[in-house]
Amino acid sequence: MANTVLETRDLTVRFGGHVAVNNVTCSFNAGELTAIVGPNGAGKTTYFNLISGQIPASGGTVHLNGRDITRDAVSVRTHLGIGRAFQLTNLFPNLSVLENVRLVIQAKLNKGFNLFSMADSHTDISLAAEAALKRVNLQDLAAQLVSELSHGNQRKLEVALLIALEPTVYMFDEPTAGMSVDEAPVVLDLIEELKDDKTRTVLLVEHKMDVIRTLADRIIVLHNGALAADGVPAEVMASDVVQEAYMGKALEDV
Amino acid sequence: MLVKLISGDRPRSLILGLVLLAILVALAFAPFLFPGTRSVDTAARVCIFILLVASYDLMLGYGGIVSFAHTMFFGMGAYGVALASIHMGRGFDALLVGSVVGALAAAALALVIGLFSLRVRAIFFAMITLAVASAVAVLVSQLSGITGGEDGLSYKIPRALTSAAKYADEKVLGVRINGKLMNYYLVFFGSLILFLLLLRLVNSPFGRVLQAIRENDFRAEAIGYRVIYYRVTATCLSAVVAALAGSLFAIWLRYVGPDTTLSFEIMIDILLMVVIGGMGTMYGAVIGATLFVVAQNYLQNLLGAAEEALVDLPVLPLLLNPDRWLLWLGVLFVLSVYFFPTGIVGRLRRRG
Repeated sequence: MANTVLETRDLTVRFGGHVAVNNVTCSFNAGELTAIVGPNGAGKTTYFNLISGQIPASGGTVHLNGRDITRDAVSVRTHLGIGRAFQLTNLFPNLSVLENVRLVIQAKLNKGFNLFSMADSHTDISLAAEAALKRVNLQDLAAQLVSELSHGNQRKLEVALLIALEPTVYMFDEPTAGMSVDEAPVVLDLIEELKDDKTRTVLLVEHKMDVIRTLADRIIVLHNGALAADGVPAEVMASDVVQEAYMGKALEDV
Repeated sequence: MLVKLISGDRPRSLILGLVLLAILVALAFAPFLFPGTRSVDTAARVCIFILLVASYDLMLGYGGIVSFAHTMFFGMGAYGVALASIHMGRGFDALLVGSVVGALAAAALALVIGLFSLRVRAIFFAMITLAVASAVAVLVSQLSGITGGEDGLSYKIPRALTSAAKYADEKVLGVRINGKLMNYYLVFFGSLILFLLLLRLVNSPFGRVLQAIRENDFRAEAIGYRVIYYRVTATCLSAVVAALAGSLFAIWLRYVGPDTTLSFEIMIDILLMVVIGGMGTMYGAVIGATLFVVAQNYLQNLLGAAEEALVDLPVLPLLLNPDRWLLWLGVLFVLSVYFFPTGIVGRLRRRG
């Protein structure tokens, strides 16, 4: 398990006087699914933003496969292997469902600067996109505009984009938020498949404790931007700091 | 074959398809269908403005980039041809050199403006283009030693493209086969080829990325597209095509001046044509430009005729006085924007 893929060292970001992520040093290994938990405002999404590059770090570094990517642009990190699904649905609303996925595959294949061929003549892209849609059960809606999809289906598409990207590191930010009870399993099964593959690095921000229990190999706890606990699920959940500080309420709910 | 020529971008509406076909046929045979200096001149302007508006739509409708410098690029192509024709003497070499240099200069300027300002927010780019375009317009009118100032420049183009050159003794369908006719077809085919090229661009993988950026630039970056490079490339391509449209215009008119190419009025016209035709659809440029240019040239006549017909009625003839043509043009725009917020093409496609 010592095969470190992603690592943050003293990663910090300050917004004015507020330290949103505070000296987080942590590494993530291949074949491991890590759940990131903590109360609202603990800095989970901000930590994700620092790793995938949407927010520049105030201090510290991010390393992917040993390479320092702290200064790289978001798109460069994506090509290096950081893949991210967003908490708030973040798609291309007036393009078709298929086109949304095609764009991801086209980016991966570096075909964006192909100026004089017809986009639809790249059948390899379309086939791969259709395959990705099938995995989230959206193949029948491929021709629809994204803006016409239900919220649950938009969440599925959000996940499909990440699956299509096939990154080294998968980052899921509350992938089932707002999904109905019968829709969520499609997404959770996919994440489980990724985990069972034993080669991928998966980071999962999630509030639902039952999901974390079934999926996580490891839990890290963020509290006020700092790393408060790190370990196997049973251990972390039982630890005093977690019980007292903020898991207490969540555990009662379960 | 035909589908490939239009890059698979079908009109997707029977009415739209027929209208486009009608416009194509009308422009292709304009000198024979509508003989007369004024009508052929209008047809040439329609061709050039279709191209100019389509190149603007590449930025605005597909890339979501608002620019106010499009007439500046248009003018660079036009002045390129004018200056080359004056300094190199009349000749096809001067036209070629002028067009190429104008297009390259436009691309270079677009690159600098783009790299400088597209990094930040789109509104910043709009403001910078406004500032640069105004500065260039002032420079052109001040540097009268080079540019002819407000008077503009007149120059000679190759005899083969003027009415002095005769290619046949007899008229064909009542039309003289002379250089002016050749000049029209240079404009027509030049515009057509460049338009089809733009159509290919927006339907290419690159065009899809532009649309993705327009829809959600944040996510486009996150799935691996370096947004700034795509925006700058679109701006440069758009500038090059605008400059080439300007070159065609300069060849057609044998005159350039601030009012015909650089003025802010033309910039507003372009914006209106894009919006009326339908943003983000190349065919919108065709419809918008055709309607607008024809209205600009013939609304006055139409009003004159209407005034005469209603001369016995009170008030109405006053309203329909040919001098009021701008008022009616304005009314037409307000109505069309009100009833077709997605443009004429958007409206037709929704029905079909």
